[in-house]
Amino acid sequence: MVHWSVTRVIAVIVAALGLLGTVAVVSAGPASAEGEAIQGTLRDLAGAPVVGVTITVSNDGGFSDSSVSDAEGAWAVEVPGPGAYSVLLDEDTLPDGTTPPTVNPITTSADPGTPRFINFRLGERERNVQSRWDRAAQLSVEGLRFGLVLALAAVGLSLIYGTTGLTNFAHGEIMTFGAISTWFFNVNLGINLIGAAVLGVITAGVFGWAQERGLWRPLRKRGTGLIAMMIVSIGFALALANTYLIIFGGASRPYADYDSQAGIEFGPVSLTPKDMISMVIAAVILAIAGLALLKTRMGKATRAVADNPALAASSGIDVDRVIMVVWISGAALAGLGGVMLAMTQQVSYLMGTQTLLLIFAAVTLGGLGTAFGALVGSLVVGMLIQLSTLWINPELKNVGALLVMIIVLMVRPQGILGRRSRVG
Amino acid sequence: MDWGFIFTTSMSAAIGISAIVFCLGAIGLNIQFGYTGLLNFGQAAFLAVAGYGLATTVTTLGLNFWLGIVVGMAATVVLAVILGIPTLRLRADYLAIVTIAAAEILRLTLRSVAFKDTFGGSDGLQQFSDAFYKLNPISPGAYDFGPFKYNEKSWWVIIVGWSLVAVWTLLVFLLMRSPFGRVLRGIREDEDAVRSLGKNVYWYKMQALILGGLGGAFAGFMLALGQSAVSPDAYATNLTFLIYVVLIIGGAARVFGPILGALIFSFLFQFVDVVLDQAVNTGLITFITSTQAAQIRLVMVGVGLMLLMIYRPQGILGDRKELQLDAR
Repeated sequence: MVHWSVTRVIAVIVAALGLLGTVAVVSAGPASAEGEAIQGTLRDLAGAPVVGVTITVSNDGGFSDSSVSDAEGAWAVEVPGPGAYSVLLDEDTLPDGTTPPTVNPITTSADPGTPRFINFRLGERERNVQSRWDRAAQLSVEGLRFGLVLALAAVGLSLIYGTTGLTNFAHGEIMTFGAISTWFFNVNLGINLIGAAVLGVITAGVFGWAQERGLWRPLRKRGTGLIAMMIVSIGFALALANTYLIIFGGASRPYADYDSQAGIEFGPVSLTPKDMISMVIAAVILAIAGLALLKTRMGKATRAVADNPALAASSGIDVDRVIMVVWISGAALAGLGGVMLAMTQQVSYLMGTQTLLLIFAAVTLGGLGTAFGALVGSLVVGMLIQLSTLWINPELKNVGALLVMIIVLMVRPQGILGRRSRVG
Repeated sequence: MDWGFIFTTSMSAAIGISAIVFCLGAIGLNIQFGYTGLLNFGQAAFLAVAGYGLATTVTTLGLNFWLGIVVGMAATVVLAVILGIPTLRLRADYLAIVTIAAAEILRLTLRSVAFKDTFGGSDGLQQFSDAFYKLNPISPGAYDFGPFKYNEKSWWVIIVGWSLVAVWTLLVFLLMRSPFGRVLRGIREDEDAVRSLGKNVYWYKMQALILGGLGGAFAGFMLALGQSAVSPDAYATNLTFLIYVVLIIGGAARVFGPILGALIFSFLFQFVDVVLDQAVNTGLITFITSTQAAQIRLVMVGVGLMLLMIYRPQGILGDRKELQLDAR
């Protein structure tokens, strides 16, 4: 019987929140020294820097200052304090042949103590004239990309459910954790995004380890019911999301590298290099995870625990160790998913919370508790969400995916690859 | 630090509009989760359909206020049936995921541009509560009773609201000591045992879902009338979570649990806010801003929910043995 005191639980929760806090405190130093600034890098469609363009930042209070983009296309304006600013690009100073940005001036707000990054999209390609089939092709590729993001998070969620029975409502927050810690490494510590993402994914894995070690394992040993643990995970998600809000702020922020890349065209489909590379990385990592589940001893042990924990334990498998490996790798995968998501829609404290239901939809569709079901479900949900915008308003695209989940539960509650016995 | 001010604002909040909304919502949830064991994570959706049913009938269609109340209640029953048909045969955690998804579908639809003419988009709807305030017998002015300070409109909302709480509490008290209540509790403890007695478990669960949803509907009416407005983002998933916190503080499966929970939660929520705000403004705490102080409250709610579920899942009034729910 594990003795489990109130002070220890509080200490663990504080430690979990503090893990993030440390990153923030360590990295807040250089940013606050710089003060508030608005900055960015001007690049044309081919990715080459655009030099000598005047950019003026002004506000209602009469402040106005300008900056000229340097040899790398970079420009920066120090502003007097937080608040709303208007950023105007002087189109007369653009080199000949460069298409002016579609949005100019851009209205933005400066946050206390951190620089704000603004990107003028120069020579953005017009996409309105595409045919329906061209759009369908483009949306399928975007859907595949989003499906891979969902899959990275869903595999972990599904395996955690399979091995421990926990429906983890705080899984979206692990995605946010990966994305935000990568942002701190990238923007505040100045590490290139690739290195920062590796560090961010490792931090997310450590976060998974800390959660399992400090919270979920003691709760299991204590005999806490699964429904109670599910409600604990809801409380944890609420606490984490608001901790991110306090530390990171309410605004969406981009990574410092590869933010505005030009698309490369393949027939009707246009993809940026970062999209292609991140899709390949995600696919390779998911394939490795799948092979590891099928071929390695640990993978077999994981599937055995998911099937029947008691039987697995009695045949000599160290169940706690298997669950720990599942938590670390599941959290690291979710962290990577968060980084990939942030590369398309920027980093925000709510990004994981907003994705959680879609991950649930994917996992339910594929069959709760099966890793390969989660993979299939994610790709279906990702494609469905993007392709549905051919017919319905994009603001309602998530509604379609959630409706499909409910309908699947009515027709085939065990999901595509699930087994009937799992549903009570 | 002005402790007198802190005490009066916190006491006023303890009986205020949000306390009434939490209380009625938690009474409904108590029927579903506390007595029957249904994990409804879409209680916010029941508040939303009731509030929007009323507002759409009066503001968009220009019809009578009382018809709006009827429409709101009818819409709640319809929502409960639609949610119940696919999910009540499934295991508890599936019900949780489906109800939370349904609430989100509803919120996204209500705030969409496509239905802006009907539901008002992200701004929501206003000007449907005149008929309610015309019934107010209190003449205009501010009235203080001890630490409770409100104007005539708020007092009217508070009187109607707590009367509704009293009616619903009596209803739950009578229902739960009737044979019907015993069947619901039996379903929570052992579905198969109840089934072997020849009871139609599915239909009893459906009744519990509808009845609890109607409790949520009255919470939705009070929220809409108290603010004289409905807006889609007031019915986000966080509202459901706060209602859970209220119910668990007071004690699930107890008649007075929701009332005690709502009073304590609303007091503490306001108390922490005012104390942190004053501490920041008077320079006692320097490492956070007052915006961050308001956000810390929700961190505390989350941590509080975790600690409650771990150490005292039965809340203040509950019986621990009654709440050993398990899904697997």
